[in-house]
Amino acid sequence: MATYRELLARVKGEIEEVGAAEARERRSEALFVDVREREEWEEGGVPGAIHVPRGQLESRIEGLVPDRSREIVLYCSGGSRSAFAAKALQELGYENVASLTGGFTDWKRNGFPIETPRSLSSEQRRRYSRHLLIPEVGEAGQERLLGGRVLLIGAGGLGSPASLYLAAAGIGTLGIVDADVVDDSNLQRQIVHSTETLGEPKVASAKRTIQALNPDVEVKPYEERLTSENVERIFGEGWDVIVDGADNFPTRYLVNDASVWHGIPVVHGSIYRFEGQVTVFNPGEGPCYRCLFPSPPPPELAPSCAEGGVLGVLPGIVGSLQANEALKLVLGIGDTLQGRLLLLDALGTTIDEVSVQRDPNCPVCAEQPTITEYVDYVEFCQGVRG
Amino acid sequence: MTKVRIPPTLRNEVGGERELIGEGETVREVLEDLSGRYPALEAQLFEQGDLAPFVNVYVGGEDVRTLDGLDTRINGGSMILLPAMAGGAPASRRDAC
Repeated sequence: MATYRELLARVKGEIEEVGAAEARERRSEALFVDVREREEWEEGGVPGAIHVPRGQLESRIEGLVPDRSREIVLYCSGGSRSAFAAKALQELGYENVASLTGGFTDWKRNGFPIETPRSLSSEQRRRYSRHLLIPEVGEAGQERLLGGRVLLIGAGGLGSPASLYLAAAGIGTLGIVDADVVDDSNLQRQIVHSTETLGEPKVASAKRTIQALNPDVEVKPYEERLTSENVERIFGEGWDVIVDGADNFPTRYLVNDASVWHGIPVVHGSIYRFEGQVTVFNPGEGPCYRCLFPSPPPPELAPSCAEGGVLGVLPGIVGSLQANEALKLVLGIGDTLQGRLLLLDALGTTIDEVSVQRDPNCPVCAEQPTITEYVDYVEFCQGVRG
Repeated sequence: MTKVRIPPTLRNEVGGERELIGEGETVREVLEDLSGRYPALEAQLFEQGDLAPFVNVYVGGEDVRTLDGLDTRINGGSMILLPAMAGGAPASRRDAC
Protein backbone atom coordinates (compact mmCIF):
# COMPACT_ATOMS: atom_id res chain seq x y z
CA MET A 1 0.00 0.00 0.00
CA ALA A 2 1.31 3.45 -0.88
CA THR A 3 0.75 6.71 0.99
CA TYR A 4 -0.52 9.76 -0.86
CA ARG A 5 3.00 11.24 -0.93
CA GLU A 6 4.45 8.05 -2.35
CA LEU A 7 1.71 7.81 -4.96
CA LEU A 8 2.18 11.44 -5.98
CA ALA A 9 5.93 11.03 -6.25
CA ARG A 10 5.49 7.92 -8.39
CA VAL A 11 2.97 9.61 -10.68
CA LYS A 12 5.21 12.66 -11.04
CA GLY A 13 7.96 10.34 -12.12
CA GLU A 14 5.80 8.92 -14.88
CA ILE A 15 4.65 12.17 -16.47
CA GLU A 16 6.22 15.24 -17.99
CA GLU A 17 6.32 18.33 -15.82
CA VAL A 18 7.02 21.87 -17.00
CA GLY A 19 7.88 24.98 -15.01
CA ALA A 20 5.97 28.22 -15.35
CA ALA A 21 8.52 29.87 -17.63
CA GLU A 22 8.62 26.96 -20.06
CA ALA A 23 4.85 26.59 -19.98
CA ARG A 24 4.59 30.24 -20.91
CA GLU A 25 6.79 29.57 -23.95
CA ARG A 26 4.40 26.84 -25.05
CA ARG A 27 1.29 29.01 -24.83
CA SER A 28 1.06 29.68 -28.55
CA GLU A 29 0.92 25.96 -29.39
CA ALA A 30 -0.40 24.14 -26.36
CA LEU A 31 -3.95 23.98 -25.04
CA PHE A 32 -4.01 24.91 -21.36
CA VAL A 33 -6.52 22.95 -19.30
CA ASP A 34 -7.40 24.20 -15.84
CA VAL A 35 -8.42 21.20 -13.70
CA ARG A 36 -9.27 23.13 -10.52
CA GLU A 37 -12.72 23.48 -9.03
CA ARG A 38 -15.12 26.08 -10.36
CA GLU A 39 -14.66 28.50 -7.47
CA GLU A 40 -10.91 28.54 -8.02
CA TRP A 41 -11.27 29.03 -11.78
CA GLU A 42 -13.68 31.93 -11.30
CA GLU A 43 -11.04 33.81 -9.37
CA GLY A 44 -8.71 33.79 -12.36
CA GLY A 45 -6.74 31.49 -14.63
CA VAL A 46 -4.29 31.38 -17.53
CA PRO A 47 -5.70 33.38 -20.48
CA GLY A 48 -7.13 31.11 -23.17
CA ALA A 49 -7.29 28.06 -20.90
CA ILE A 50 -10.35 25.84 -20.85
CA HIS A 51 -11.76 24.74 -17.54
CA VAL A 52 -12.48 21.06 -16.87
CA PRO A 53 -12.65 20.14 -13.18
CA ARG A 54 -10.44 17.17 -12.30
CA GLY A 55 -13.47 15.04 -11.50
CA GLN A 56 -14.87 15.45 -15.03
CA LEU A 57 -11.62 15.28 -16.95
CA GLU A 58 -11.72 11.69 -18.21
CA SER A 59 -15.39 11.89 -19.23
CA ARG A 60 -15.15 15.22 -21.05
CA ILE A 61 -11.69 15.40 -22.57
CA GLU A 62 -12.41 13.32 -25.68
CA GLY A 63 -15.26 15.63 -26.60
CA LEU A 64 -13.18 18.73 -26.02
CA VAL A 65 -9.87 17.50 -27.47
CA PRO A 66 -10.53 14.72 -29.98
CA ASP A 67 -6.97 14.94 -31.35
CA ARG A 68 -4.82 12.81 -29.04
CA SER A 69 -1.59 14.24 -30.43
CA ARG A 70 -2.58 17.79 -29.39
CA GLU A 71 -0.11 19.40 -26.98
CA ILE A 72 -1.78 19.91 -23.60
CA VAL A 73 -0.56 21.68 -20.46
CA LEU A 74 -2.60 20.84 -17.38
CA TYR A 75 -2.56 22.99 -14.30
CA CYS A 76 -4.15 23.18 -10.87
CA SER A 77 -3.20 25.40 -7.95
CA GLY A 78 0.01 23.68 -6.87
CA GLY A 79 0.80 20.94 -9.39
CA SER A 80 -0.54 17.83 -7.65
CA ARG A 81 -4.04 17.45 -9.10
CA SER A 82 -2.65 18.28 -12.54
CA ALA A 83 -0.03 15.54 -12.14
CA PHE A 84 -2.72 12.92 -11.54
CA ALA A 85 -4.70 14.47 -14.39
CA ALA A 86 -1.71 14.14 -16.73
CA LYS A 87 -1.34 10.49 -15.76
CA ALA A 88 -5.02 9.90 -16.54
CA LEU A 89 -4.72 11.56 -19.95
CA GLN A 90 -1.65 9.46 -20.74
CA GLU A 91 -3.70 6.37 -19.99
CA LEU A 92 -6.38 7.65 -22.34
CA GLY A 93 -3.79 7.80 -25.09
CA TYR A 94 -2.93 11.51 -25.09
CA GLU A 95 0.64 11.66 -26.32
CA ASN A 96 1.75 15.16 -25.54
CA VAL A 97 0.65 16.06 -22.03
CA ALA A 98 2.50 18.03 -19.37
CA SER A 99 1.67 19.18 -15.86
CA LEU A 100 2.58 22.66 -14.66
CA THR A 101 4.84 22.29 -11.60
CA GLY A 102 3.93 24.76 -8.93
CA GLY A 103 0.58 25.24 -10.66
CA PHE A 104 -1.27 28.52 -11.05
CA THR A 105 0.22 29.76 -7.76
CA ASP A 106 3.68 29.67 -9.26
CA TRP A 107 2.41 31.11 -12.56
CA LYS A 108 1.02 34.13 -10.69
CA ARG A 109 4.17 34.48 -8.58
CA ASN A 110 6.14 34.86 -11.82
CA GLY A 111 3.91 37.75 -12.80
CA PHE A 112 2.64 35.96 -15.91
CA PRO A 113 -0.70 37.07 -17.43
CA ILE A 114 -3.93 35.98 -15.83
CA GLU A 115 -7.54 36.61 -16.67
CA THR A 116 -10.73 36.37 -14.72
CA PRO A 117 -13.34 34.51 -16.78
CA ARG A 118 -16.78 36.04 -17.13
CA SER A 119 -18.78 33.29 -15.62
CA LEU A 120 -22.36 32.17 -15.74
CA SER A 121 -24.58 32.46 -12.70
CA SER A 122 -25.81 29.22 -11.17
CA GLU A 123 -29.25 30.01 -12.61
CA GLN A 124 -27.73 30.44 -16.08
CA ARG A 125 -25.81 27.20 -15.71
CA ARG A 126 -29.10 25.42 -15.10
CA ARG A 127 -30.94 27.24 -17.89
CA TYR A 128 -28.26 26.57 -20.49
CA SER A 129 -27.09 23.20 -19.15
CA ARG A 130 -27.91 21.38 -22.41
CA HIS A 131 -25.69 23.84 -24.28
CA LEU A 132 -22.91 23.54 -21.72
CA LEU A 133 -22.80 19.79 -22.32
CA ILE A 134 -22.08 20.23 -26.04
CA PRO A 135 -18.31 20.48 -26.59
CA GLU A 136 -18.75 22.94 -29.50
CA VAL A 137 -20.72 25.33 -27.27
CA GLY A 138 -19.73 24.84 -23.64
CA GLU A 139 -19.37 27.68 -21.18
CA ALA A 140 -17.23 29.82 -23.47
CA GLY A 141 -19.76 29.44 -26.29
CA GLN A 142 -22.67 30.24 -24.03
CA GLU A 143 -20.89 33.40 -22.95
CA ARG A 144 -20.47 34.31 -26.61
CA LEU A 145 -24.19 33.82 -27.14
CA LEU A 146 -24.98 35.97 -24.12
CA GLY A 147 -22.74 38.67 -25.56
CA GLY A 148 -24.23 38.19 -29.06
CA ARG A 149 -26.31 40.78 -30.92
CA VAL A 150 -28.75 39.66 -33.60
CA LEU A 151 -31.05 41.96 -35.58
CA LEU A 152 -34.28 40.48 -36.90
CA ILE A 153 -35.92 42.11 -39.91
CA GLY A 154 -39.60 41.35 -39.38
CA ALA A 155 -41.45 39.80 -36.46
CA GLY A 156 -43.70 37.74 -38.70
CA GLY A 157 -43.75 34.09 -39.74
CA LEU A 158 -39.97 33.77 -40.06
CA GLY A 159 -39.07 36.18 -37.26
CA SER A 160 -41.36 34.36 -34.82
CA PRO A 161 -39.53 31.03 -34.55
CA ALA A 162 -36.16 32.65 -35.19
CA SER A 163 -36.60 35.15 -32.35
CA LEU A 164 -37.96 32.51 -29.96
CA TYR A 165 -35.10 30.06 -30.52
CA LEU A 166 -32.46 32.79 -30.44
CA ALA A 167 -33.94 34.11 -27.21
CA ALA A 168 -34.14 30.64 -25.69
CA ALA A 169 -30.50 30.07 -26.67
CA GLY A 170 -29.54 33.16 -24.70
CA ILE A 171 -28.59 35.62 -27.45
CA GLY A 172 -28.02 38.65 -25.24
CA THR A 173 -29.48 41.35 -27.48
CA LEU A 174 -32.21 40.90 -30.06
CA GLY A 175 -33.16 43.86 -32.22
CA ILE A 176 -36.53 43.59 -33.97
CA VAL A 177 -37.59 45.84 -36.84
CA ASP A 178 -41.31 45.76 -37.66
CA ALA A 179 -43.89 48.51 -38.13
CA ASP A 180 -46.88 46.19 -38.16
CA VAL A 181 -49.53 45.43 -35.55
CA VAL A 182 -50.72 41.91 -34.69
CA ASP A 183 -53.66 40.89 -36.87
CA ASP A 184 -55.79 37.78 -36.44
CA SER A 185 -54.70 36.49 -39.88
CA ASN A 186 -51.10 36.39 -38.53
CA LEU A 187 -51.73 33.86 -35.79
CA GLN A 188 -51.89 30.82 -38.11
CA ARG A 189 -48.09 30.99 -38.23
CA GLN A 190 -46.66 33.91 -36.22
CA ILE A 191 -46.20 32.09 -32.95
CA VAL A 192 -44.37 34.84 -31.09
CA HIS A 193 -47.72 36.69 -30.96
CA SER A 194 -50.98 35.57 -29.42
CA THR A 195 -54.69 36.24 -29.32
CA GLU A 196 -54.05 38.37 -26.27
CA THR A 197 -51.79 40.74 -28.20
CA LEU A 198 -54.11 41.34 -31.18
CA GLY A 199 -53.87 44.97 -32.24
CA GLU A 200 -50.59 45.57 -30.40
CA PRO A 201 -47.42 46.58 -32.25
CA LYS A 202 -45.63 43.38 -33.24
CA VAL A 203 -42.37 44.55 -31.69
CA ALA A 204 -44.10 45.04 -28.33
CA SER A 205 -45.93 41.72 -28.57
CA ALA A 206 -42.71 39.89 -29.49
CA LYS A 207 -40.79 41.61 -26.73
CA ARG A 208 -43.31 40.48 -24.14
CA THR A 209 -43.19 36.84 -25.29
CA ILE A 210 -39.39 36.81 -25.51
CA GLN A 211 -38.88 38.30 -22.08
CA ALA A 212 -41.29 35.80 -20.56
CA LEU A 213 -39.24 33.05 -22.19
CA ASN A 214 -35.83 34.37 -21.19
CA PRO A 215 -35.20 37.44 -19.04
CA ASP A 216 -31.47 37.31 -19.96
CA VAL A 217 -32.36 38.75 -23.38
CA GLU A 218 -32.56 42.47 -24.00
CA VAL A 219 -35.03 43.24 -26.79
CA LYS A 220 -34.50 46.44 -28.76
CA PRO A 221 -37.74 47.21 -30.59
CA TYR A 222 -37.73 49.32 -33.76
CA GLU A 223 -41.36 50.06 -34.53
CA GLU A 224 -40.67 51.30 -38.02
CA ARG A 225 -40.25 50.04 -41.56
CA LEU A 226 -36.66 49.63 -42.60
CA THR A 227 -35.93 52.36 -45.17
CA SER A 228 -32.95 54.08 -46.77
CA GLU A 229 -33.49 56.86 -44.22
CA ASN A 230 -33.28 54.77 -41.03
CA VAL A 231 -31.10 51.83 -42.09
CA GLU A 232 -27.81 53.53 -41.19
CA ARG A 233 -29.04 54.36 -37.70
CA ILE A 234 -30.38 50.83 -37.07
CA PHE A 235 -27.53 48.82 -38.67
CA GLY A 236 -24.97 51.19 -37.14
CA GLU A 237 -25.87 50.03 -33.64
CA GLY A 238 -23.54 47.09 -34.13
CA TRP A 239 -24.90 43.62 -34.91
CA ASP A 240 -23.17 40.27 -35.24
CA VAL A 241 -25.81 38.79 -37.54
CA ILE A 242 -28.97 39.93 -39.33
CA VAL A 243 -31.87 37.50 -39.74
CA ASP A 244 -33.84 38.61 -42.78
CA GLY A 245 -37.49 37.65 -42.68
CA ALA A 246 -38.75 40.58 -44.73
CA ASP A 247 -41.88 40.26 -46.78
CA ASN A 248 -40.97 42.31 -49.83
CA PHE A 249 -38.25 42.80 -52.41
CA PRO A 250 -37.41 46.46 -51.74
CA THR A 251 -36.53 45.56 -48.15
CA ARG A 252 -34.53 42.50 -49.29
CA TYR A 253 -32.35 44.61 -51.58
CA LEU A 254 -32.02 47.35 -48.97
CA VAL A 255 -30.97 44.83 -46.30
CA ASN A 256 -28.46 43.39 -48.75
CA ASP A 257 -26.82 46.64 -49.74
CA ALA A 258 -26.65 47.93 -46.16
CA SER A 259 -25.28 44.63 -44.83
CA VAL A 260 -22.55 44.57 -47.48
CA TRP A 261 -21.55 48.13 -46.62
CA HIS A 262 -21.63 47.39 -42.88
CA GLY A 263 -19.96 43.97 -43.25
CA ILE A 264 -22.69 42.12 -41.34
CA PRO A 265 -23.65 38.55 -42.33
CA VAL A 266 -27.30 38.01 -43.27
CA VAL A 267 -29.24 34.80 -42.75
CA HIS A 268 -31.81 34.88 -45.52
CA GLY A 269 -35.11 33.01 -45.45
CA SER A 270 -38.10 33.25 -47.77
CA ILE A 271 -41.29 31.27 -48.10
CA TYR A 272 -44.29 30.82 -50.36
CA ARG A 273 -47.08 28.27 -50.01
CA PHE A 274 -45.17 24.99 -49.38
CA GLU A 275 -41.71 26.12 -50.45
CA GLY A 276 -38.88 27.81 -48.67
CA GLN A 277 -35.38 29.09 -49.40
CA VAL A 278 -32.59 29.56 -46.87
CA THR A 279 -29.02 30.76 -47.30
CA VAL A 280 -26.31 32.89 -45.67
CA PHE A 281 -24.82 36.00 -47.26
CA ASN A 282 -21.49 36.81 -45.66
CA PRO A 283 -20.02 40.06 -47.02
CA GLY A 284 -16.50 39.72 -48.35
CA GLU A 285 -16.55 35.95 -47.80
CA GLY A 286 -19.33 34.70 -50.06
CA PRO A 287 -22.04 35.85 -52.46
CA CYS A 288 -24.63 38.51 -51.62
CA TYR A 289 -28.34 38.62 -52.43
CA ARG A 290 -27.64 40.52 -55.65
CA CYS A 291 -25.20 37.81 -56.74
CA LEU A 292 -28.02 35.28 -56.34
CA PHE A 293 -30.86 37.41 -57.71
CA PRO A 294 -29.52 40.36 -59.71
CA SER A 295 -33.05 41.58 -60.45
CA PRO A 296 -36.32 41.23 -58.58
CA PRO A 297 -39.06 39.41 -60.46
CA PRO A 298 -41.92 41.35 -62.04
CA PRO A 299 -44.95 41.74 -59.76
CA GLU A 300 -46.94 38.94 -61.42
CA LEU A 301 -44.15 36.51 -60.52
CA ALA A 302 -43.87 37.78 -56.99
CA PRO A 303 -47.11 37.25 -55.16
CA SER A 304 -47.03 37.82 -51.42
CA CYS A 305 -48.02 35.34 -48.74
CA ALA A 306 -51.09 37.53 -48.27
CA GLU A 307 -51.96 36.93 -51.92
CA GLY A 308 -50.72 33.39 -52.43
CA GLY A 309 -50.88 31.87 -48.97
CA VAL A 310 -48.39 29.89 -46.96
CA LEU A 311 -48.61 26.70 -44.93
CA GLY A 312 -48.40 27.80 -41.30
CA VAL A 313 -45.63 25.42 -40.30
CA LEU A 314 -43.36 26.31 -43.23
CA PRO A 315 -42.04 29.55 -41.69
CA GLY A 316 -41.55 27.50 -38.51
CA ILE A 317 -39.13 25.23 -40.38
CA VAL A 318 -37.41 27.96 -42.36
CA GLY A 319 -37.20 30.39 -39.43
CA SER A 320 -35.72 27.65 -37.23
CA LEU A 321 -33.08 26.95 -39.87
CA GLN A 322 -32.31 30.66 -39.87
CA ALA A 323 -31.90 30.59 -36.09
CA ASN A 324 -29.52 27.64 -36.46
CA GLU A 325 -27.36 29.53 -38.96
CA ALA A 326 -27.39 32.65 -36.78
CA LEU A 327 -26.28 30.69 -33.71
CA LYS A 328 -23.40 29.09 -35.63
CA LEU A 329 -22.30 32.48 -36.92
CA VAL A 330 -22.28 33.93 -33.39
CA LEU A 331 -20.45 30.88 -32.03
CA GLY A 332 -18.06 30.66 -34.97
CA ILE A 333 -18.63 26.92 -35.36
CA GLY A 334 -19.70 24.49 -38.06
CA ASP A 335 -20.37 25.11 -41.75
CA THR A 336 -22.96 27.72 -42.59
CA LEU A 337 -25.11 27.91 -45.71
CA GLN A 338 -22.72 30.48 -47.19
CA GLY A 339 -22.51 29.72 -50.92
CA ARG A 340 -25.38 27.25 -50.73
CA LEU A 341 -29.10 27.82 -51.17
CA LEU A 342 -31.32 25.30 -49.45
CA LEU A 343 -34.65 24.65 -51.18
CA LEU A 344 -37.37 23.12 -49.07
CA ASP A 345 -40.56 21.59 -50.39
CA ALA A 346 -42.89 20.86 -47.50
CA LEU A 347 -45.44 19.15 -49.76
CA GLY A 348 -43.05 16.49 -51.03
CA THR A 349 -40.87 16.77 -47.90
CA THR A 350 -37.70 17.22 -49.92
CA ILE A 351 -34.66 19.39 -49.40
CA ASP A 352 -32.46 20.33 -52.37
CA GLU A 353 -29.33 22.39 -52.42
CA VAL A 354 -27.91 24.54 -55.18
CA SER A 355 -24.63 26.42 -55.17
CA VAL A 356 -24.46 30.21 -55.10
CA GLN A 357 -21.29 31.90 -56.27
CA ARG A 358 -20.03 35.43 -56.00
CA ASP A 359 -20.75 37.41 -59.13
CA PRO A 360 -17.51 39.13 -60.17
CA ASN A 361 -19.69 41.84 -61.75
CA CYS A 362 -22.03 42.24 -58.77
CA PRO A 363 -23.05 45.92 -58.63
CA VAL A 364 -22.66 46.00 -54.83
CA CYS A 365 -20.17 43.39 -53.57
CA ALA A 366 -17.74 43.16 -56.50
CA GLU A 367 -14.33 44.78 -56.26
CA GLN A 368 -15.47 47.61 -58.53
CA PRO A 369 -19.06 48.19 -57.42
CA THR A 370 -21.37 50.36 -59.51
CA ILE A 371 -23.84 50.95 -56.69
CA THR A 372 -22.25 52.61 -53.68
CA GLU A 373 -25.16 54.39 -52.05
CA TYR A 374 -28.77 53.66 -51.29
CA VAL A 375 -31.15 53.76 -54.26
CA ASP A 376 -34.93 54.06 -54.38
CA TYR A 377 -35.65 50.40 -53.69
CA VAL A 378 -39.39 50.57 -54.39
CA GLU A 379 -38.74 52.04 -57.80
CA PHE A 380 -35.92 49.54 -58.41
CA CYS A 381 -38.30 46.67 -57.72
CA GLN A 382 -41.16 48.02 -59.80
CA GLY A 383 -39.26 49.13 -62.84
CA VAL A 384 -37.84 45.80 -63.80
CA ARG A 385 -39.59 45.19 -67.07
CA GLY A 386 -40.47 47.81 -69.57
CA MET B 1 -35.34 13.56 -71.23
CA THR B 2 -34.80 16.02 -68.41
CA LYS B 3 -36.74 16.52 -65.21
CA VAL B 4 -37.44 20.22 -64.67
CA ARG B 5 -38.66 21.44 -61.33
CA ILE B 6 -41.23 24.20 -61.66
CA PRO B 7 -41.41 26.80 -58.86
CA PRO B 8 -44.80 27.57 -57.34
CA THR B 9 -44.89 31.03 -58.93
CA LEU B 10 -44.69 29.50 -62.44
CA ARG B 11 -47.15 26.68 -61.94
CA ASN B 12 -50.14 28.62 -63.26
CA GLU B 13 -48.29 28.78 -66.58
CA VAL B 14 -47.96 24.98 -66.78
CA GLY B 15 -51.37 23.77 -65.61
CA GLY B 16 -50.29 23.40 -61.99
CA GLU B 17 -47.51 20.85 -62.63
CA ARG B 18 -44.68 20.73 -60.06
CA GLU B 19 -42.32 18.94 -62.39
CA LEU B 20 -42.15 18.61 -66.17
CA ILE B 21 -40.14 16.45 -68.52
CA GLY B 22 -38.35 18.38 -71.25
CA GLU B 23 -36.51 17.22 -74.36
CA GLY B 24 -33.18 18.59 -75.52
CA GLU B 25 -29.43 18.50 -75.05
CA THR B 26 -28.96 22.03 -73.72
CA VAL B 27 -30.76 24.30 -71.28
CA ARG B 28 -32.03 26.38 -74.23
CA GLU B 29 -33.46 23.35 -76.03
CA VAL B 30 -35.20 22.04 -72.93
CA LEU B 31 -36.69 25.42 -72.03
CA GLU B 32 -37.80 25.97 -75.63
CA ASP B 33 -39.42 22.56 -75.61
CA LEU B 34 -41.35 23.49 -72.47
CA SER B 35 -42.26 26.93 -73.81
CA GLY B 36 -43.52 25.32 -76.99
CA ARG B 37 -45.95 23.23 -75.00
CA TYR B 38 -46.78 25.93 -72.45
CA PRO B 39 -46.56 29.24 -74.35
CA ALA B 40 -47.27 31.35 -71.26
CA LEU B 41 -43.96 30.15 -69.84
CA GLU B 42 -41.87 31.82 -72.52
CA ALA B 43 -42.45 35.39 -71.31
CA GLN B 44 -41.44 34.37 -67.79
CA LEU B 45 -38.18 32.67 -68.79
CA PHE B 46 -36.73 34.62 -71.70
CA GLU B 47 -35.91 38.25 -72.23
CA GLN B 48 -34.65 39.30 -75.66
CA GLY B 49 -33.61 35.76 -76.45
CA ASP B 50 -31.60 35.35 -73.26
CA LEU B 51 -32.49 34.00 -69.85
CA ALA B 52 -34.54 36.58 -67.93
CA PRO B 53 -32.38 38.12 -65.19
CA PHE B 54 -34.91 37.35 -62.44
CA VAL B 55 -34.95 33.59 -63.09
CA ASN B 56 -32.15 31.29 -62.03
CA VAL B 57 -31.71 27.93 -63.73
CA TYR B 58 -29.67 25.21 -62.09
CA VAL B 59 -28.32 22.09 -63.74
CA GLY B 60 -26.91 19.54 -61.36
CA GLY B 61 -27.11 22.12 -58.58
CA GLU B 62 -25.01 24.73 -60.44
CA ASP B 63 -26.29 28.07 -61.70
CA VAL B 64 -26.09 27.93 -65.50
CA ARG B 65 -24.89 31.57 -65.49
CA THR B 66 -21.67 30.23 -63.99
CA LEU B 67 -21.54 27.53 -66.70
CA ASP B 68 -22.39 28.14 -70.36
CA GLY B 69 -25.70 29.93 -69.82
CA LEU B 70 -28.46 28.72 -72.12
CA ASP B 71 -25.91 26.63 -74.00
CA THR B 72 -25.08 24.58 -70.90
CA ARG B 73 -25.39 20.90 -71.73
CA ILE B 74 -27.70 18.87 -69.54
CA ASN B 75 -25.76 15.58 -69.62
CA GLY B 76 -28.46 13.67 -67.80
CA GLY B 77 -28.75 16.15 -64.91
CA SER B 78 -32.01 17.52 -63.65
CA MET B 79 -33.00 21.17 -63.86
CA ILE B 80 -34.41 23.53 -61.27
CA LEU B 81 -36.07 26.82 -62.22
CA LEU B 82 -35.91 29.34 -59.43
CA PRO B 83 -37.19 32.88 -59.28
CA ALA B 84 -36.56 34.94 -56.15
CA MET B 85 -39.22 34.64 -53.47
CA ALA B 86 -39.70 37.34 -50.93
CA GLY B 87 -43.29 37.07 -50.12
CA GLY B 88 -43.11 39.85 -52.61
CA ALA B 89 -45.74 42.15 -51.25
CA PRO B 90 -45.54 45.77 -52.36
CA ALA B 91 -43.44 47.85 -50.01
CA SER B 92 -46.52 49.43 -48.51
CA ARG B 93 -47.98 46.09 -47.55
CA ARG B 94 -47.68 45.37 -43.88
CA ASP B 95 -48.27 41.65 -43.59
CA ALA B 96 -44.87 40.06 -43.11
CA CYS B 97 -44.59 36.49 -44.29
